[in-house]
Amino acid sequence: MINVIIDGIKVSAPDNASILQAAELAGVKVPTLCYHPDQAIKANCRVCVCEVEGLPLLQAACSTPIRDGMVIRTNTPAVIEARRTILQLILAHHPQDCLNCIRNKNCELQALAEQYAIRENPFELMVRGLPRDTSTPSIVRDPDKCILCRRCEYACSEFQSVNALGLENRGNHAMIVPSLGKDLLESPCVMCGQCIHACPVGAIHENEEIDEFLAAVADPDKIVVTQMAPAVRVAIGEEVGMATGDMDMNVLVTALRQIGFDYVLHTNFTADLTILEEGNELLKRVKEGGKLPMFTSCSPGWINFCETYYPDLLDNLSTCKSPQQMFGALVKTYWAEKMGVDPSKIYSVSIMPCTAKKFEAARPEMNSSGYRDVDLVLTTRELGRLFRMTGLDFSRIAPGKFDSWMGAYTGAAVIFGATGGVMEAALRTVYEVVTGNELKDVNFTFARGMEGIKEAEIDLNGLKVRVAIAHGLANARKVMDQVRAGESPYHFIEIMACPGGCIGGGGQPITKSNAKRAERIEGIYKEDEGLLLRKSHENPEVIQIYEEFLHEPLGHKSHELLHTHYHDKNKKFL
Amino acid sequence: MAEELRLVLKNFGKINPLKVEDYLSAGGYKSLEKARSMNPLEVVEVMKKSGLRGRGGAGFNTGQKWFFAHNIQADEKFVVCNADEGEPGTYKDRIIMENDPHIVLEGMAICGHAIGATQGYIYCRGEYPGVVDTLNTAIAQAKEKGLLGDFNIEVRMGAGAYVCGEETALIESIEGNRGEPRFRPPYPPVAGLWQKPTIVNNVETFANVAQIIEKGAEWFAGIGAKSFPGTKVLTLTGDINKKIFIEVPTDTTIKEVVFGFGGGIPDGKKFKAVQIGGTSGGFIPEEFIETTIDFDSMRKIEATLGSGAVFVIDETRDIVDVVTRIAKFFEHESCGKCAPCREGTMRVHLLMDRINDGKGSQADVALLKKLSRVMASACLCGLGQAAPTPVVTTINHFGMDYHAKVQ
Ligand SMILES: Cc1cc2nc3c(=O)[nH]c(=O)nc-3n(C[C@H](O)[C@H](O)[C@H](O)COP(=O)(O)O)c2cc1C
Ligand code: SF4
Ligand code: SF4
Ligand code: SF4
Ligand code: FES
Repeated sequence: MINVIIDGIKVSAPDNASILQAAELAGVKVPTLCYHPDQAIKANCRVCVCEVEGLPLLQAACSTPIRDGMVIRTNTPAVIEARRTILQLILAHHPQDCLNCIRNKNCELQALAEQYAIRENPFELMVRGLPRDTSTPSIVRDPDKCILCRRCEYACSEFQSVNALGLENRGNHAMIVPSLGKDLLESPCVMCGQCIHACPVGAIHENEEIDEFLAAVADPDKIVVTQMAPAVRVAIGEEVGMATGDMDMNVLVTALRQIGFDYVLHTNFTADLTILEEGNELLKRVKEGGKLPMFTSCSPGWINFCETYYPDLLDNLSTCKSPQQMFGALVKTYWAEKMGVDPSKIYSVSIMPCTAKKFEAARPEMNSSGYRDVDLVLTTRELGRLFRMTGLDFSRIAPGKFDSWMGAYTGAAVIFGATGGVMEAALRTVYEVVTGNELKDVNFTFARGMEGIKEAEIDLNGLKVRVAIAHGLANARKVMDQVRAGESPYHFIEIMACPGGCIGGGGQPITKSNAKRAERIEGIYKEDEGLLLRKSHENPEVIQIYEEFLHEPLGHKSHELLHTHYHDKNKKFL
Repeated sequence: MAEELRLVLKNFGKINPLKVEDYLSAGGYKSLEKARSMNPLEVVEVMKKSGLRGRGGAGFNTGQKWFFAHNIQADEKFVVCNADEGEPGTYKDRIIMENDPHIVLEGMAICGHAIGATQGYIYCRGEYPGVVDTLNTAIAQAKEKGLLGDFNIEVRMGAGAYVCGEETALIESIEGNRGEPRFRPPYPPVAGLWQKPTIVNNVETFANVAQIIEKGAEWFAGIGAKSFPGTKVLTLTGDINKKIFIEVPTDTTIKEVVFGFGGGIPDGKKFKAVQIGGTSGGFIPEEFIETTIDFDSMRKIEATLGSGAVFVIDETRDIVDVVTRIAKFFEHESCGKCAPCREGTMRVHLLMDRINDGKGSQADVALLKKLSRVMASACLCGLGQAAPTPVVTTINHFGMDYHAKVQ
């Protein structure tokens, strides 16, 4: 430990601590913009500068290591002058657009402008006037708002190994641009939205489609049906002032009805269904010598990544559609039939933690119901806005119930929301299918947690299955390179594009750290534990749909509605 | 009148730079041999005691710098010669390398022995293709004769960005990355090229090494100014009669440089100011020209010695216009990494332009002063920190010129 004095406060901090970390221990708040707790230090915004006794220049708190006896001052006139001037410089190059901005009240720059009482700016406003990039259905870039902190670049390259964003030009012409193409659609971008979480301002955001939703609700001819992904519940509370994980599922059902949904169903239902289809697909591949290892296919950012960077391994992907798309295909066939409604009137809206799901829903092949299977995808953040818009008071909402036929679910579906969840859910079912015995302890704890790559060997009555789990595409790349080299020891690999799995998806409430992701994961397993049914094949509505409609996993109907194929994106970025 | 003292340039015009035999017969590579007979720490100690300070601008004690790298255990260390020479009006490194390449190679090899490095790089300005050829010939000849022993030297070409002369941007550039400075600490002697201990020294710094080993620390410490001993190669440009390069002891005064060696101002005009050390140097008015050029004396008058460029302007020049053009240079050369420089250099240029066009106000001048203060203390690298110096020094010394232009 090293002793330093910060603003007169004595504090001991670890040997390798920065001034910023030491200040935190001393309870002194130093402002930051380019700093991100899970990323390498960049030290480019300079708003964290402090005075260090004996040094002539101000020192960036985020990048400067402490030394024994260092005397640091974070609030001298020179420091305040520097911070305010730097903020003014940045703001003079930034649209004064807070009122209309998607990050209004959730922006690090806005917060600092408020904190440092920035009023009139002596530097005249000069906005670059760069065009917005709306080329993808998922992600919008607004380069005028970019403050060049380069956190997105880091997230895309280091967390995701996609390298879709890079810096071009020098000086005040420098800007973040999509690499290898004129826009994001041409770039290798997989639409995971991790750059959105990294961005301190509104320079990258989801393609917001609230207006489409409001129009559908206003249309009396439309039956507006929703499905909601398992990762939404644990995080949506953060959007309406509740603690992570605190939103009650049944309260949520009522709230969804109040904002205009005619029927509230659950993606969890098709998550359970996915386990039956995918579990059986795996067993079939193992028995019949099909392509192995088999990869999960429920993360559309991951699918985009595989199609872009590993087109040679597309046959290893499970042919199962994602739960969202299975749901979409069934709601306009099976459910419409059960309800006796005209499928052409159904407007199917999914609520997802994911930006890539917007792209997935728009894929031309996703119309096996005869219509576009999922009409609209709203992210958790967009749902949060709708809740706030309608002024719901969650403390007074009475719990409601999911509607029938595609609303029941088990704990196995719930854990889809966390990294390792699909694997654990699959093992719960596959174990019982293969061994014929009851699985007493359903908890496969090796599969849980934030470690980048997890693996295990599972003994199913002598049938040894080796499995791996990767989340975050940089981890996926490691596993994939092994497969490509023919050195993969695994039978089954779960891959989620986003760090932490769907709970860290690009559409979730802005997530500034992995610590927040871990908190959400906790919420997921707590929910699973509280449920009576925790194995997908015990879901009564799933049992029913096989009896009445699908007949058997991997059967003719399943093939038609629940499975898909993949395309080489032919981007040639290898 | 003061006289030149050619130490670094001792072989200038006397040897054929393309013939290593010439350098050898002038006593070349003897110092390397001598250094190799000493233990590395001894070499470092001699360098420290000599008081040699970097000739690239920052003026850091060379032996002290080597000591840091010497002191660290690492599987690999590097010696890098900064030959980027991007400073407009500066060409002293070119003169040295063109005329006596081996003196630089020898200095680098001695450094390699002192810190325990076997690989060296010369990062040479892209606009100097002829120099690159000369260096490569010299390296090949020295290798053929086995003069460098196990020390290897490779020449890398710069891509024309001014900021790549900054040592950490230079390192990034050699690594094949965008030429952007790194934050410090860690400093290159601790973690430089590929995060290994790395010594980056200027061409002229390396050119001083062999003679120090040969003649001893005391000899060198006795030349020129006490706190910044030795000589300095200067290049004279602007409104001056003799646009020449000279090598003088560091206790030479500015007046001797401009009016003695430079022959004063042409056409009988009067001296207005001199900017020393390159584009980011301070402008020095007449009242300070008795100052000696050594680092510390210059610092006292808010000026620099820097690379040794001496740019003189006469009474007929519009100094606000001159500084406006300098501001434009820095706006163009900012790498764009850090906010105060990326935005600040652009604003400084804008404000200077406005004042220069007669559209500025006293408030603009005040804003320039504040902005300069912030940039000088908060920018990530020396470029942004020094960019406002010409502005501040001219506002301070030639306030009337600004006053005449603002409304
Ligand atoms: C913007 C900028 C440009 C620089 N350009 C050069 C250069 O062209 N040549 C040089 O030797 N040093 C240059 N320097 C200084 C180097 O960063 C470094 O201090 C020097 O190479 C160290 O060598 P020395 O100790 O021998 O002076 C520059 C510094 C800055 C901030
Ligand atoms: S959406 Fe994902 S892949 Fe696309 S730019 Fe952002 S981080 Fe990179
Ligand atoms: S887009 Fe956002 S995250 Fe990326 S550099 Fe700009 S401000 Fe930073
Ligand atoms: S001070 Fe200027 S040149 Fe240096 S890092 Fe900052 S932007 Fe780049
Ligand atoms: S937070 Fe330290 S420089 Fe940006």
